Amino acid sequence: RSWFGRKVDQDFLDELEAKLIRADVGVKATQILIDRVREAYADKTADEDLLAFLKAEMKALLQDPQAGALAKAPTNPTVILIAGVNGSGKTTSIAKLAQRLKDQGNSILLGACDTFRAAAADQLAIWAERSGADMVRGNAGADPASVAHDACDRALARKVDYLIVDTAGRLHTQTHLMRELEKVRGIISRKIEGAPHESLLVLDATNGQNAIQQARIFSKSIACSGVILTKLDGTAKGGVVVAVRQQTDLPVKFVGVGEGIDDLQPFDPDAFVESLFS
Amino acid sequence: MFDDIQHRLSDALGRFKVRGKLTEANMQEGLRAVRTALLEADVNYEVVQRFMKRVTEKAAGQALIKSVRPDQQIVKIVHDELIELMGEGDPHIRFEKAGPTVIMLCGLQGSGKTTTCGKLARRMLGLGRKPLMVAADLQRPAAIEQLKVLGQQLDIPVHAEDPEGTDPVEVCRRGVSQAEKLGRDTVILDTAGRLHVDDELMDQLKKIEKKVRPHQVYFVCDALTGQDAVASAGAFNAALELDGVIMTKLDGDARGGAALSVRQVTGVPIKFVGMGEKLERLDPFDPQRIVGQMLGM
Ligand SMILES: Nc1nc2c(ncn2[C@@H]2O[C@H](COP(=O)(O)OP(=O)(O)OP(=O)(O)O)[C@@H](O)[C@H]2O)c(=O)[nH]1
Ligand SMILES: Nc1nc2c(ncn2[C@@H]2O[C@H](COP(=O)(O)OP(=O)(O)OP(=O)(O)O)[C@@H](O)[C@H]2O)c(=O)[nH]1
Ligand SMILES: [K+]
Ligand SMILES: [Mg+2]
Ligand SMILES: [Mg+2]
Repeated sequence: RSWFGRKVDQDFLDELEAKLIRADVGVKATQILIDRVREAYADKTADEDLLAFLKAEMKALLQDPQAGALAKAPTNPTVILIAGVNGSGKTTSIAKLAQRLKDQGNSILLGACDTFRAAAADQLAIWAERSGADMVRGNAGADPASVAHDACDRALARKVDYLIVDTAGRLHTQTHLMRELEKVRGIISRKIEGAPHESLLVLDATNGQNAIQQARIFSKSIACSGVILTKLDGTAKGGVVVAVRQQTDLPVKFVGVGEGIDDLQPFDPDAFVESLFS
Repeated sequence: MFDDIQHRLSDALGRFKVRGKLTEANMQEGLRAVRTALLEADVNYEVVQRFMKRVTEKAAGQALIKSVRPDQQIVKIVHDELIELMGEGDPHIRFEKAGPTVIMLCGLQGSGKTTTCGKLARRMLGLGRKPLMVAADLQRPAAIEQLKVLGQQLDIPVHAEDPEGTDPVEVCRRGVSQAEKLGRDTVILDTAGRLHVDDELMDQLKKIEKKVRPHQVYFVCDALTGQDAVASAGAFNAALELDGVIMTKLDGDARGGAALSVRQVTGVPIKFVGMGEKLERLDPFDPQRIVGQMLGM
């Protein structure tokens, strides 16, 4: 139904609610947005302004002054730590990031700190080769922190522009694995001043409300600086990042839109919000 | 970490503790909380709407007949209705009398297919069967290597080919012949992850189904999935004849509402749930447990 000329009554707000819920924005975040609309438009007639008002609210919320830009250390290397739950797209996103930074003229070293999942380092090695990055790996089952240690040493010795560290997928409820991740972060910050300069959480756009807990707990554990939202090339809208931003203030930096090495884009709040309503 | 859903729900359900009769007003309030709980558990919006309609009708109908402890009555209606919609658990796999039983796994990227392949193979070993896994993902870097490692861990053969100059249909076909030759009685096909909107890759799956004729096709679904579960499961079910669903990553704090959505849209049973990364972490599906999880109880 068209939005035009309709009274902003409960029916109308229910419809708006349905739209946002279907995009995975979630009940709580949706309620906050609906309340803003209700306040601004109570008993007025809906017109195109109303939708524009709501979209503008959401775009403002998702805005990131440093969108698509990554922190750069004053002296090499800049370290980017990548983390997230199982299968969210960490390793593939690292390949894409490496390619992107390489294209901008940087030298890249990858640290294969997922020593747990079968053939995880082999997977990263193939991507390293494709993007022309160097890589440090350990044996299967090795302590991820010791691989991180070696990767930092190599990054310092070679003065590479960027060291990107891959970690094993883990659910945020697995406290021993979260502690392991903290240890990896700890080693990195001890070895290299100010590192990691970015700790990016990889969220799968097909995920629902659980992503909020992922963001909360990963942030607490490794002080995340931003999100890479993957798999936006499907029909999922990834609306949960609205709730993530509302509740944890974590901004989306990049989005993944495919399995290829060039399928990474800086996050564009305008396009993202438009797609939530399409 | 718990959010407040559990409290909110028991709070709301507590409101049913009205003495005497259930009124339209107090019932609405409680049912609203149930609705919120289901949406926060990621049950699909339409599925929730339909569910609430059914439950509301049932509750209203019953309230007229019985007026004792309406609170318990409502909770029971909601719970029973969810259990019924989830369907029975059925961890049974039908094996063919002649020739190897072929099981195909399919699903979106990263849902847990390859790991589940290993878990199923391990389960087969436990049943005294002789599984062989087929590395039909020629797409993801090191996917073949990943399956080979699992094969080594389980000490079972993996059929793999050089991805150059072959295609997944051929690999599956030759994998089944290989199983026959080696006297293996169960074949598990590990296919590449794909989006349901990727026509080319969905056609490839259909081709495998047509040429290789797997006896069982299982959709591997990530329990973290949100509203999109209906779209993806629906599309896989339309493209292939699904025989079952395996829900993965249920070992975390996901409420797993996708289970209800997927069950509703495909109509096929959920057979197993993945409860961890290790190969022994595959459990038979238990509807009671997932309903409890969904309601945050
Ligand atoms: N369609 C699509 N697929 C993606 C995207 N990003 C990653 N994938 C796919 O998702 C699957 C999992 O990706 P990985 O990079 O291995 O994920 P991961 O987080 O490293 O997984 P673990 O290390 O096992 O936890 C692979 O099949 C990737 O090709 C994306 O943006 N779009
Ligand atoms: N916690 C948990 N992790 C799981 C479970 N099942 C699989 N995983 C993890 O999820 C990630 C992806 O698993 P894969 O088996 O590689 O997924 P896939 O569907 O084969 O991925 P693609 O082939 O890239 O589409 C890995 O890190 C697995 O260890 C589970 O039940 N629980
Ligand atoms: K999308
Ligand atoms: Mg990985
Ligand atoms: Mg796989």
